[in-house]
Amino acid sequence: MTAPKPVARPQSPFMIPKYYRLQMTSASSFATRATGHAIIVTAALVVWWLVAAATSDQAFALADLVATSWFGDLVFTLSLWAFWYHFLAGLRHLYYDALHGMEIRTAELLGWVCFIGATVLTPITILLVQ
Amino acid sequence: MRYLTDRKRAERLGSARRGTEAHWAQTISAVALALMMPTWLVVFGRALGGSRDSVLATFAQPFPAILTALVLVVAMRHFARGMVNMIDDYARGTARKIGIMAAYFIAGGIGATGIFAILKIAL
Repeated sequence: MTAPKPVARPQSPFMIPKYYRLQMTSASSFATRATGHAIIVTAALVVWWLVAAATSDQAFALADLVATSWFGDLVFTLSLWAFWYHFLAGLRHLYYDALHGMEIRTAELLGWVCFIGATVLTPITILLVQ
Repeated sequence: MRYLTDRKRAERLGSARRGTEAHWAQTISAVALALMMPTWLVVFGRALGGSRDSVLATFAQPFPAILTALVLVVAMRHFARGMVNMIDDYARGTARKIGIMAAYFIAGGIGATGIFAILKIAL
């Protein structure tokens, strides 16, 4: 069998923004991936805080100082938005997988639901857990 | 030299019979996380800001301890698969290999640290 001739293929995402205009469906898909990855920073912060609590008063004092500072508040608030966005977008994926919501207008509407839903659920969650 | 296209080479060999495991695993873990995370957010959010003793008391209880351990395991596996998926899309060659390793190392490191903390607090 002859070896296939090597072809220099373009590397994704070469289509954006040169040949493809970003729209709600693709922007909301991209945001799903971005929020999913961004949350890892918060996961690291939470685990540091938890292992510090398990270790000593001194270790906890430092981790808790960071976690409850304005920086901690900012990270937790942003990642709460990222979490709710990723949560809603994930539910949307399950809905798509069940072969629903793929008409263009519905798909675009669901993108708005993810963005607006996350923005509404974030302050509600903060109020609930305080 | 045979003038065969890739498609002709592949025809009649049958399907690969695999390739959807990653998607299915993400679906299962997504549903698990969707069920667990809202409750976990309340557990963690209420514990955050308390004294060390109150934090230890919270995560020493069975429900918060088990929930946090489950969330850690499922979320880190979900994250690792998602990151590998992204790297498969955007990187080739050595960068891809290193990226995939990094995905598992990050997820494994955070997961193991969190599980250790929960075990130490709860047991």
